[in-house]
Amino acid sequence: MHEMAIAQGILDIVLKAAADNDAAAVVRIKLQVGEMTEVVPEALTFCFSSLAAGTAAAAAELEVEVMPLVGRCRDCGREFRVERFRFLCPGCGSAGVEIISGRELRVEHLEVE
Amino acid sequence: MEIKVMANILDKNDQIAAEVNAQLSRRGIFVLNLLGSPGSGKTALLERTIAALKDELSMAVIEGDLFTDKDAERIARQGVPVVQINTGGGCHLDASMVRGVLDRLDLERLELLIIENVGNLVCPAEFNIGEDMKATVLSVTEGEDKPLKYPLVFKQAGAAVVNKIDLLPYTSFDLAAATEDITSINPQIALITASCRTGEGLEAWYDWLRGRVAAKKAAAGRKGE
Ligand SMILES: Nc1nc2c(ncn2[C@@H]2O[C@H](COP(=O)(O)OP(=O)(O)O)[C@@H](O)[C@H]2O)c(=O)[nH]1
Ligand SMILES: [Mg+2]
Ligand SMILES: [Zn+2]
Repeated sequence: MHEMAIAQGILDIVLKAAADNDAAAVVRIKLQVGEMTEVVPEALTFCFSSLAAGTAAAAAELEVEVMPLVGRCRDCGREFRVERFRFLCPGCGSAGVEIISGRELRVEHLEVE
Repeated sequence: MEIKVMANILDKNDQIAAEVNAQLSRRGIFVLNLLGSPGSGKTALLERTIAALKDELSMAVIEGDLFTDKDAERIARQGVPVVQINTGGGCHLDASMVRGVLDRLDLERLELLIIENVGNLVCPAEFNIGEDMKATVLSVTEGEDKPLKYPLVFKQAGAAVVNKIDLLPYTSFDLAAATEDITSINPQIALITASCRTGEGLEAWYDWLRGRVAAKKAAAGRKGE
């Protein structure tokens, strides 16, 4: 379960940020997880709580914001929601589409006390 | 109190992957991360590739596996250097595992390094391991629904090999649908249909690899000047 490795990454970031800010306890952790990532939020929450036991983040609540998959056409500039992973521009048919959102795996902010 | 963080969770792994890639790129070595389900034919493809290209290219293999070294033995029999990484049950390789074995390879004359990842279409997709490119193997016995179920491994791959086409008459695999889905996920992908049993279609795969190795060498040459 690779969510364990991802949860460890979150915990490392969170504990460092908490220590840098002299926080005693982390109350909430806000994550941004893209639609096109291989992460199951329930598995992530489970892994995180088992890793965080005994740390300043032990009681922290994980909030996951799922970021929609959005592409931008390099030819006509159109931005669009990518459905069924079709990376073709609905405006001009171009295959030159870059991902501008939907691949996030990010700690956005923490609430500490 | 609220602390704004905005930190990428996989940053640490990505940094190590960049270090590994830099070390290999200095020597102009093309590094391929080979992905696919267990049994899709990753090791079979490697065996064929080595037999076809080892006299032409200097290559080495890193074998990722949960517990065994069976695949590494198969590669060693083909007569190229191979290093085993056992993840001890871990579902993917990460960059530090690859960094940890680099000193067991003679990088001096190496041109092509292929890393067979742990068999899995999900977990390895998020972890860069220092590769220049990924390639994904999908066998026709797995079903044509897999690209849309696991789009990330196809989105990130430079090439996809649809393997075991010798078995097409015995399956209900819809090759046209699979092709359509893979290319709409990744319009730039090199899509190769092949059989590692009969050898059909593999010439296109060898040519793709030759092209990548040549391009990597040319890029390193430009940098070295
Ligand atoms: N019929 C057929 N069998 C294949 C082909 N490629 C691989 N196999 C068989 O599929 C099984 C799994 O192959 P292997 O290379 O070990 O897959 P890996 O787990 O992805 O490394 C082995 O029994 C291979 O002989 C193919 O193109 N056609
Ligand atoms: Mg194998
Ligand atoms: Zn367009």
